[in-house]
Amino acid sequence: MKKIIVALASLLVFAFVLGACAPAPSAPQIVKETVVVKETVVVRETAAAAAPKATAPAAPPAPAVLGARFKAINDRKKLICGVNDALPGFGYLDKATGAFAGFDVDFCKALTAALFNDVKAVEYRAVTAGQRGPALQTGEVDVLIRNTTWTVTRDATWGLFVATTFYDGQGMMVNTKKNPTVKTLKDLKDASICVQTGTTTELNLTDRMRAENTAFKPVVFDTADPTFAAYDEGRCDAVTTDISGLISRRTLLKVPGDHTILEAVMSKEPLGPSVPTGDSQWFNVVKWAVFELIEAEEYGITSANVNQMLTSKVPEVQRILGVTGDLNKTLGVEKDWVVRMVKAVGNYGEIFDRNLGPKTPFNLSRGVNNLWTKGGLMYAPPYR
Amino acid sequence: MTPPQSSASVSARTSVPFWRDVRVLTILAQIIFVVAVAVAGGYLYANLASAMQRRGLVAGFDFINNESGFEIGETLIPYQPTDTYGRAFLAGFLNTLWVSIVGIILTTILGVSVGIARLSPNFLLSRLAAGFIEIIRNTPLLVQLFFIYFGVFVRFPSVAESLQFPGPSFGNQRGLFFPKPIPLESFPAWAIFVVAGIFIALALWIASGRGQSKLPLGWLGFAALIAFPIIGSLLLPAPFEFEIPVRERFNFKGGLHISPEFGALLTGLVIYTAGFIAEVVRSGIQAVKRGQVEAAYALGLRGGQVLRLVIFPQALRVMLPPMTSQYLNLAKNSSLAIAIGFPDLFSVTATIANQTGQPVPVILLVMVTYLAISLFTSLLMNIYNRYVQILEK
Ligand SMILES: N[C@@H](CCC(=O)N[C@@H](CS)C(=O)NCC(=O)O)C(=O)O
Repeated sequence: MKKIIVALASLLVFAFVLGACAPAPSAPQIVKETVVVKETVVVRETAAAAAPKATAPAAPPAPAVLGARFKAINDRKKLICGVNDALPGFGYLDKATGAFAGFDVDFCKALTAALFNDVKAVEYRAVTAGQRGPALQTGEVDVLIRNTTWTVTRDATWGLFVATTFYDGQGMMVNTKKNPTVKTLKDLKDASICVQTGTTTELNLTDRMRAENTAFKPVVFDTADPTFAAYDEGRCDAVTTDISGLISRRTLLKVPGDHTILEAVMSKEPLGPSVPTGDSQWFNVVKWAVFELIEAEEYGITSANVNQMLTSKVPEVQRILGVTGDLNKTLGVEKDWVVRMVKAVGNYGEIFDRNLGPKTPFNLSRGVNNLWTKGGLMYAPPYR
Repeated sequence: MTPPQSSASVSARTSVPFWRDVRVLTILAQIIFVVAVAVAGGYLYANLASAMQRRGLVAGFDFINNESGFEIGETLIPYQPTDTYGRAFLAGFLNTLWVSIVGIILTTILGVSVGIARLSPNFLLSRLAAGFIEIIRNTPLLVQLFFIYFGVFVRFPSVAESLQFPGPSFGNQRGLFFPKPIPLESFPAWAIFVVAGIFIALALWIASGRGQSKLPLGWLGFAALIAFPIIGSLLLPAPFEFEIPVRERFNFKGGLHISPEFGALLTGLVIYTAGFIAEVVRSGIQAVKRGQVEAAYALGLRGGQVLRLVIFPQALRVMLPPMTSQYLNLAKNSSLAIAIGFPDLFSVTATIANQTGQPVPVILLVMVTYLAISLFTSLLMNIYNRYVQILEK
């Protein structure tokens, strides 16, 4: 018995010594890892899981100083961009090239081009819906561009949203071959509905169905693949997410033609990039990168004609392309940053059409995502 | 503890160094665990507090009493979106507890059977058991769960083509549906018959262990176990009525329902853990000296009796600590549920964290809860372990 006590006592002492010795400065990383690993254990077997750990020291945790993150990015000569890897058209791994591609990914590329004049100077971190909040909170990524809805909770607790790049709404998809009579949400009474956790859609679902007084059974998964696989196999009668997400994922189903997206728009889903809090300079750079891609479209600057446009006489075009003035200095970027972006990925309209437009399997029309001059909501404040 | 005496056997026992004493080790393991968790937790807390302060986040548990506003697929307690986050948490917790308890019982039965089969002189049986163990232990549980869920449970026929079993029970890709017994007035009286049957069976089973009767007492006990409830239901008015599942537009409603998510998670956890338990059982049995077995046979005990009266009680002492860790593993592994859509504690809290934007307090709560489940399981196992150890003279 005595021995046991001695053993326990020495153990306790040992533990305290250990506790006292561990260096405090490394602590933030410990925090970061618990959060991320907690998610990772369950979620991922891909390379993405290992990435945060291996490269964690590169990203400083939420610098509170003006420009600290922006400086860190420039010093490391690489942008860390949180993206989706499971949403064709928006953020996915292109089967042909094995590289990240999509509407959201193009904004990462534009930023990289603006900063380093090199679309390769970027590290993509694939994050699931549940992982992205902590990734932003801990400053694991410099910018999150992953079909993420702008909400007040996320603005207050995750990071700061900079702009909306895609106005969307939540939709409901059903297999109309199996259930031809389902036309409205009410028709889904007592149905099983597949949904992904960590999303706004998970939360809207209950709200909408309650408003419709319609009981249902959610089946909740943590990534898009099992969510849609379970739906495709018939485990659920319907699946819900952003309409863009439904259109995108429908192309991966066994028989895409069997599935219909109901007319009901269940919510507002403004999707756009967000950055960690604490660096308003970096925040501004990302914000104006988005705006200038929109303005480029507005003033007819395209990847094809950007060189000719340098000689344009229109004062706005001259300012945007850095021919006159030094507005770039207010942001801390190079004079030709917009030229670089447009050369790399084109203007907003080109990005949209290349990834989602009529020539793609998604065949999305611009609709509400058209320029304000064409009846849409895309409106950039003046660059002056 | 026994005061040191001149007896040789006593001094032999006390000379077992503490670092090899199973009882000390289990306690030690837990204390190390608690201390490690406490130290790590202290750090994390200090850092979190400062990091969160820098970001202007307030950690708190105030949200617990707010309306949850989200639906949960299956719960053991009545739950609706107008209930609080606290209740949603409780519902998830109970789901975890339920799958863990049922899982531990079933995996013990399966694991012990496979472990014994592994040592069977029957070549085919022992090879089969060995094959099972190797395959199960050497593939990741997550992969097995995906296979069981997407490869088996979700591949059942659609609702329209449901399989029908006697009962009537139904099976389809939305799960298994059984008639649900609803107790009637005569249920308590009938329950007395059932309990009597169980007692008689137990008594006979213990008696048969003495091996002094020519009668097959074990089998008689088994007969009593079955016969008493039947006699009871013949003598009394029906103790139950049954709620039969009925097909509706999308699915069956009513009756007892086992969802594919629960079914797949339970199956996966049971099979996976049984692979490890089988090895624990095998090593436990092999740790019993051959002489013990030979002596038991020499005393005239029969095969089953040797296993039950001589081998198992001794093997149990070796088996219990590793068995405890397998039980803990099962409970913790149940957090993989979210991968296959079962709303366990982890899944529900993921939604809570998402909805409140408060991952930190929520994750802390989850950690503490799993810790509590683990410590409680260890406590029970340690009490049992002590009880088993005392039998040793
Ligand atoms: N816009 C919504 C939903 C975004 C979302 O996560 N959509 C899912 C379904 S399409 C997705 O992209 N999943 C990919 C993954 O996590 O692997 C939000 O911000 O919460």
